[in-house]
Amino acid sequence: MEELVHTLTNRSRKDARSSFRWLGLVFFAALWLVPAMGQENSDCFACHSDKALTGTKTGKSFPVFIDEKRFGESVHSALTCVSCHTDLEGKELPHAEGLAEVKCGTCHATEQELHAKSLHGKAIARGDALAPRCKDCHGKHDILSAKNRMSPTSVLKVPFLCGKCHTEGSPVTAQRTIHQDHILENFSESIHGQALFKKGLIVAPNCVSCHTPHSILPHTDPASSIARRNIAATCTKCHAQIEVVHRKVIRGELWEKEANKLPACVDCHQPHKIRKVFYTQGMADKDCLGCHERRDLKSSKDGRSLTVKIEELGDSRHQKVSCSQCHSEVSVSHLRPCETITKKVECSSCHAEVAQQYQVSIHGKLVSKNDPNGPTCKDCHGTHSVLGKLSPNSPTFPTNVPGLCARCHREGQKAAARYTGSQHEIIEHYTESIHGKGLMKSGLTVTATCTSCHTPHSVLPKTDTLSSVNRKNVPQTCGRCHHGIEEQFERSIHSVLVSKTDKELPVCNDCHTAHTIRRADETGFKLEIMQQCGRCHEAIAKTYFDTYHGKVSQLGYTKTAKCYDCHGAHDILATADPQSHLSRQNVVATCQKCHAGATRKFAGYLTHATHHDPQKYPFLFWTFWGMTSLLVGTFVIGGIHTLLWLPRALQMKRANRKRMEQENKGKNGNDKEA
Amino acid sequence: METTKKPDSESPGLTSSEVPPTGSEEKQFLRFKRLNRILHIVMIVSFMSLALTGMTLKFAYTGWAAFLSRLFGGFESAGYIHRVAAVAMIGIFIAHIVDIVRMKRHHYTSWRSFIFGPDSMVFNRKDLRDLIGNFKWFIGRGPRPAYGRWTYWEKFDYFAVFWGIAVIGSTGLTLWFPEFFTRFIPGWYLNVATIIHSDEALLAVGFIFTVHFFNTHLRPEKFPMDIVVFTGRMTLDELKEDKPEEYEALVKTGKLDVSMVEQYPPIVIRVIRTFAWTALCVGFSIVIWIIYAMLFAYQ
Repeated sequence: MEELVHTLTNRSRKDARSSFRWLGLVFFAALWLVPAMGQENSDCFACHSDKALTGTKTGKSFPVFIDEKRFGESVHSALTCVSCHTDLEGKELPHAEGLAEVKCGTCHATEQELHAKSLHGKAIARGDALAPRCKDCHGKHDILSAKNRMSPTSVLKVPFLCGKCHTEGSPVTAQRTIHQDHILENFSESIHGQALFKKGLIVAPNCVSCHTPHSILPHTDPASSIARRNIAATCTKCHAQIEVVHRKVIRGELWEKEANKLPACVDCHQPHKIRKVFYTQGMADKDCLGCHERRDLKSSKDGRSLTVKIEELGDSRHQKVSCSQCHSEVSVSHLRPCETITKKVECSSCHAEVAQQYQVSIHGKLVSKNDPNGPTCKDCHGTHSVLGKLSPNSPTFPTNVPGLCARCHREGQKAAARYTGSQHEIIEHYTESIHGKGLMKSGLTVTATCTSCHTPHSVLPKTDTLSSVNRKNVPQTCGRCHHGIEEQFERSIHSVLVSKTDKELPVCNDCHTAHTIRRADETGFKLEIMQQCGRCHEAIAKTYFDTYHGKVSQLGYTKTAKCYDCHGAHDILATADPQSHLSRQNVVATCQKCHAGATRKFAGYLTHATHHDPQKYPFLFWTFWGMTSLLVGTFVIGGIHTLLWLPRALQMKRANRKRMEQENKGKNGNDKEA
Repeated sequence: METTKKPDSESPGLTSSEVPPTGSEEKQFLRFKRLNRILHIVMIVSFMSLALTGMTLKFAYTGWAAFLSRLFGGFESAGYIHRVAAVAMIGIFIAHIVDIVRMKRHHYTSWRSFIFGPDSMVFNRKDLRDLIGNFKWFIGRGPRPAYGRWTYWEKFDYFAVFWGIAVIGSTGLTLWFPEFFTRFIPGWYLNVATIIHSDEALLAVGFIFTVHFFNTHLRPEKFPMDIVVFTGRMTLDELKEDKPEEYEALVKTGKLDVSMVEQYPPIVIRVIRTFAWTALCVGFSIVIWIIYAMLFAYQ
């Protein structure tokens, strides 16, 4: 392949470009004037315009077709073939295979030299097969001017040209040590990339603007355009007088003159991700603490303490973050660098994603409305002592979360006071719930805390469809831990995925409640769940309570069958569904769970029977009324008999008493006489 | 219930079965033999237990039921008591049948004379006359009928037990062994059996604790109670007053003296009264509870 290189002209920087054009013309004139050169381009194209023509190199065949039209459009159209393929000069045509490599440097000496010294050129010298040569960027016979939009070296195409090799997964990134990753993506998202690709600004910088086209060198090379000492110069090619807007960071021209003493542009504006600013540590922490370590330091405005406890900083998650990274408005050039601070700490500078969630949450909305009740980042995370949620001392550590939320959400506190929903004594209830007990008593940090259900930053009222505790989302929210149950539930008749109905279908908390969740094997829960089913299945629940199962349950015992014993709990299906516990295939087995000897006839027991429905249950209806008639009849007859008897019996009693009195009188009289 | 045997009388004598302060050595007429008295006591205990434990289920929706159920040690324990009492009740029934057969063998020559004799529990024409006569007496249109050994309401109570045991017992067994019975009968019959069992029980409980209590124990002339069924003894005056026909027959045949026995000592009477009062109170409580449940808490 190598013998067909035709590159002559090179696309490069403006000044270089014009001078080489002249040089080219001189060559052209010289060649034109030499009649001894008998080889015309047409002679070459006599063979090379044949699309089927192939050559061979190291045993492999390859096409040697040259598109005459494209060659005609190229910057080298005025040259003859032998101008570049100099080894063919004066040779008989057709020529033998195995042409020598075209030397672009013959004409483009400067570029050739720069390239040879560059990272790429050195790699070629080492014999690195992946290193790019002239033709890899500029092409062969179809070289176009960099000004031509169609050229791979045109401003808009350069990132893609470089990106051919410098992209994730390419052999270059995989096999060579490139210290930056996702270069192309990062660049395209950077302010430079956006300007180039989105705004179409062809003056926006591309790869070669910073790295140069030919003398690409590692930043460790002092000669590199991106070396620490040169970077400012490179940036100021476009960002002239940038130091004016960087007063906070540097003092005047020092930046340009003694850049090595100052932070380089890329220290804050990361290469390729220029929009994201990272300030390194060490700027002024000691200076800040010089004052703020003092225990008696107080705000002159409101008298609040401004002391920063150094021991808190030491343990904090922001241990390696310097003061000015958060208190970003400091001015180093001032005696009191902090006097220029006007705003509170903006955590979103670093925690952008979380901040975005927070801003749409109810907490964030309150804060954005300047509501004093709205909690800000520091209300939950603290300030200088901020700890990660994995640290047991952190207020956001699972066992501390309920206490943290309770600060506002406990009854009587500010959040509870403004809350108008149905949940009360949330903290107390939670503490008594299975989750609360798991967390507080059993110390299980994997137990659900407030944030497990309400999310830490996207807290929204349940009426909001985006809320994790909105009806729509509750199964998924609970399913994050109770995944197996969620799977069952989503196949059940209660799931919106299965039942298409206008009626409100139950979700987890309808049966399990929100904050008073109990163990499902607790007696109280087992009994209560029947009332929960009955809220929707009113009639059928009532008839259940007419049966032995229901009556025993009503007495407060859990041993007899309750709704879920027969219907299933989370996997409830319509009885018509063959998978249902109560389908014809399964019902006997379901009865046998308790009644080992149950048969199909046994399963004919009416578990929801009522004697009030003559249509559905005529036997029961007539038995009941037959028995009731017997009862009423017997009582009527017995009652009449007794009631008629009563006055007579009373009469008899009075008569008896009278007789007794007389007898006693007689007796007493006799006694006296005696 | 009471069987054909010893005579008895119900007299308007104020002291009724109370031991008179004087004449404690006076002999009394023995109306119920020991076996029957024992059977009646066992039946009271069994019946009360059945009623209380059963009603906890029937009126499960009342607080009283839940309270009682706990008192019995939970529904399982209550069910156990219920079944033990049921077995006792069936035992009483069998013992009584055996007793009848033995009585016939010892005292009667044929079933015919036993069943249709004057001391039989079986209804006869005289009972119809007595019933009509009694209603006439209620409305002041005639004298009180001269009852024999068994009045018609006593006979009614007696046969009610036969009916009750048959109906409640059979349905009860079905509900006790549903897995066995549903091999032969459809499952929905268990629902029917439940209704029959519980409503018939309600009838029995309601009748015993109101009409039966009044008719045999609580009538004003006997107030506060007639303990003849526990002591088996009644005064001769009472016999003359309540069962004149039996008295005359006894005098005529000269068997009266055979039936006169010594009184129980006061301590026994006190024990009996305590027991009787307890039973009475439980019975009335159940009635009040049923009325409350039916009227105010019915679901």
